[in-house]
Amino acid sequence: MRERIDIAVLSRRTFIIAGAAAAGLAPFIARADEPAPADTFTQSQDFKQDFARIVGSAKPIEGKVSVDLPETADNGNFVPITIMVDSPMTEADHVKAIHILSTENPHAHVATFRLSPVNAVARVQSRMRLAKTQDVIVLAELSGGEVLMSTTRVKVLIGGCGI
Amino acid sequence: MAATGPRIKLPDTIKAGDVIEVKTLIRHVMETGNRHDKNGKPIPRDIINTFIAKFDGQQVFHAEFGPGISANPYLAFQLRIPGPGTIEITWIDDEGVSVTATSPVMIS
Repeated sequence: MRERIDIAVLSRRTFIIAGAAAAGLAPFIARADEPAPADTFTQSQDFKQDFARIVGSAKPIEGKVSVDLPETADNGNFVPITIMVDSPMTEADHVKAIHILSTENPHAHVATFRLSPVNAVARVQSRMRLAKTQDVIVLAELSGGEVLMSTTRVKVLIGGCGI
Repeated sequence: MAATGPRIKLPDTIKAGDVIEVKTLIRHVMETGNRHDKNGKPIPRDIINTFIAKFDGQQVFHAEFGPGISANPYLAFQLRIPGPGTIEITWIDDEGVSVTATSPVMIS
């Protein structure tokens, strides 16, 4: 009789412990099965520093910057990029600078373009290198101090060798 | 390697007040500084780092390049043309050597 009670107590305790352990592990197991979330691409330390230096205390606003980059770049040495900022380009309201930053190139800063109202249209076009699949961040500094931002993911098939 | 073959391309016909696209190209290796030669020796960085555009002596556009700009850098920007004049583009490399090209702007 006494022995049976002991077994019952033990088995109940074991059940509770096992249950708790399973419950605790469950989220991890479930997470491992899911596809990686879209924002798992890393950002280099160099990128973070450049980004912080350009943005300063401003809060980057999404929109008004359209960036034309290929979805898939066959050759990372030669990726065409066109940037267009929706701006009246007047003395009171114009784009002062456009920055291209790469999140995972060995050197994050790709280029900075400095504009003024004489340009009339805030549009620039160039060709850039991408070492591997990553995000390209374009920041536009406005005369009023605001910073606009655009993020474009580019899949790179053959990385720009030795960027 | 020095920059060679600077080119400026403007639209065929320009009227005063037009906003035009100025297309530029130059031959340059844009060596990133991250590559090594056959013997494992690092190849030093050698890029064009500065681009300056002037119209009749006044600066109208400026760019700073990093090693992420492709070899033979191509750059196009927009410019409102007030009247006849001269577009002058200067490219400066890491050694401080500059190459300048000019293109007259004819008004039709």
